[in-house]
Amino acid sequence: MSEIANIEELKKLAPPAELRRAPVVEGNQGLGWLTDKLSAFAEAKVPLWWKIAFVPAAFAATVIFPICLFYQVFTGVGVWGNNHPNMWGWDIVNFIWWVGVAHAGTLISAMLFLTRQHWRTTIGRMAEAMTVFSVMMAGLYPAIHVGRAWFDWFMFPIPNSNGNWPQFKSPLMWDVFAVNTYLMVSSLFWFMGMIPDFAVMRDRATTRARKAIFSLLAMGWTGSAWQWHNYEKAYVVLCGLCTLLVFTVSSIVGLDFCTSQLAGWHATIFPLYFVIGAVFCGFGMMLVLLTSLRKLCKLETIITKSHIDKVAKLCLVSGLIINYIYLMEIFIAWYSGDPYERWVFGHRFFGHNYAFFGWMLIGINVLLTQLLWIKKIRTNMVALFIIGLFINFGMWSERMVIVVGSTNQDFLPANWGLYHPTMWDIGLYVGTLGAFFMMYLLFVKFLPVIAISEVKGAVPHGDPHHPLGGAQKGGH
Amino acid sequence: MNEKIYGLMAEFNTPGDLLRAAEKIRGAGYSRWDCFTPFPIHGIDKVMGYRNSLVGWVALAGGAFMFLNVAGLIWFSNAFDYPLIVGGKPMFSVPMTFVPSYIMMIMGGAGGALIGMVALNQLPRLHHPLLFKKRFEGATRDKFIIVIGANDEKFCVTGTKQLLESIGGVNVEIVEDQE
Repeated sequence: MSEIANIEELKKLAPPAELRRAPVVEGNQGLGWLTDKLSAFAEAKVPLWWKIAFVPAAFAATVIFPICLFYQVFTGVGVWGNNHPNMWGWDIVNFIWWVGVAHAGTLISAMLFLTRQHWRTTIGRMAEAMTVFSVMMAGLYPAIHVGRAWFDWFMFPIPNSNGNWPQFKSPLMWDVFAVNTYLMVSSLFWFMGMIPDFAVMRDRATTRARKAIFSLLAMGWTGSAWQWHNYEKAYVVLCGLCTLLVFTVSSIVGLDFCTSQLAGWHATIFPLYFVIGAVFCGFGMMLVLLTSLRKLCKLETIITKSHIDKVAKLCLVSGLIINYIYLMEIFIAWYSGDPYERWVFGHRFFGHNYAFFGWMLIGINVLLTQLLWIKKIRTNMVALFIIGLFINFGMWSERMVIVVGSTNQDFLPANWGLYHPTMWDIGLYVGTLGAFFMMYLLFVKFLPVIAISEVKGAVPHGDPHHPLGGAQKGGH
Repeated sequence: MNEKIYGLMAEFNTPGDLLRAAEKIRGAGYSRWDCFTPFPIHGIDKVMGYRNSLVGWVALAGGAFMFLNVAGLIWFSNAFDYPLIVGGKPMFSVPMTFVPSYIMMIMGGAGGALIGMVALNQLPRLHHPLLFKKRFEGATRDKFIIVIGANDEKFCVTGTKQLLESIGGVNVEIVEDQE
């Protein structure tokens, strides 16, 4: 066969093994095998580990979460630990944390698409799902943090008999638009990416119910050249817009802080600080999800060690940028000569109230992250899982340092006070975690968890200019 | 021409085979035909003779619409209908207007891209003659399918079938029009 001769010739020309680019999917199997493999988990019976994970997540999401939510809404913000001078507590800490978790998802799915990184095809869908669900959790916090949740509609420009309009001079107002847009656009992006895969599930469906559901979701997708032509254009446009969102949403959250006069918040680096912090935290969550799901869903040949290694490298890069920002923040606090600024930063690490979180920030985000320099650790799934969990806690601590650490001791000793979360704070956080994992588990089980069509387009069998894709000598 | 026939479909095994076949069908002068593939094939746009997709323009229109509308809304609500002095800042200025307008521009652009894609692809549609064919299920799996429409001027069941077989198409079948 001429094809095999071609492969032999190619092998002679190929660079040595250590310089070769890792294949997107291991095993070099055909397209049919890939389709079976990628849709196997969604079509198989519900495995035991899934049920074991789902029950506590669903309990947190459907019992703890509503109880804490409704008790707070019916009683008031006073049920939380928020009180003068700490008007922002865990509600805002968790809001920023959840927005942060979202960001790496968009970065992986959108920015790596624009830079034509084929390896993203295997993890992009999981990353997008992470974005959508965590933005949902994030958006909830400001909505109830305002205290009277039934007046939330005041934040939207709706003509009303009181004649009041939103006050657009405040970044807090911009936040409303930013978070809502982020939720809308990432959901659109997620859904649009799934349309061709819904068609795959539709054509593979064995029961009437599955056929009907996936037919509706696929909207009659046939995969014609014309459809792909428009689809690809829309995908590029959405990727570009999502990339803008990565930089905009957390910047605006950063502006909420830095437009105030408070020492520790009043810094021009904040928008960048929040963007990079968000991405770093999200990569931590990505490591947790990828390392566990590739094993549990038996996707080791699809989400290869090489892909995880790359995610870990990106995590390290964003970690190094955040380390630089920490250094710069401390330097500027000293260089500004402002005694209040210096006081706040001194107390972050040597005060007696919240120094623990300050040292967690140094210990995890600065020191522990350096472990990712080591190749052995980047290819050790257990180590990455643990590091991912730690990074999430480290970034949570960072938000704690920023929000509570700056408000608890400001300019006047009369304004000094301690913040402690109450059981309602903790319950709500547990509830959002439960809701996130419940939705994620449902997604993993019932929807195409890996972008089937994208992966097929990224393997040699799908490349018309590769011998395996049917290329012949002298053009296609 | 039989009104009951939607067209003829032929299967190919690799994207390379499909591209070569598509070039030949185009060369034979057919105009109403399409390729159905499990993923976008690099180079197919050129063979099919597609120009730049209009989706980008729809997205641009959506983005511009939202940007101007939100900027206008901010002017109307904060500077015209209910002027409110906050910190001595101007009633209407670029820094206060740009960020929300820009964010909503992204929303408009994304909505435009999705709506443009769905509309140009004539989705959603719950019925398509091809979706009744058992063999067409390969188009979302590992087969590359070409369908020549019966409404093509050059369409002729035997002649077109011969052409499809001569360029390497297998399992050439008639697609019935199930109206």
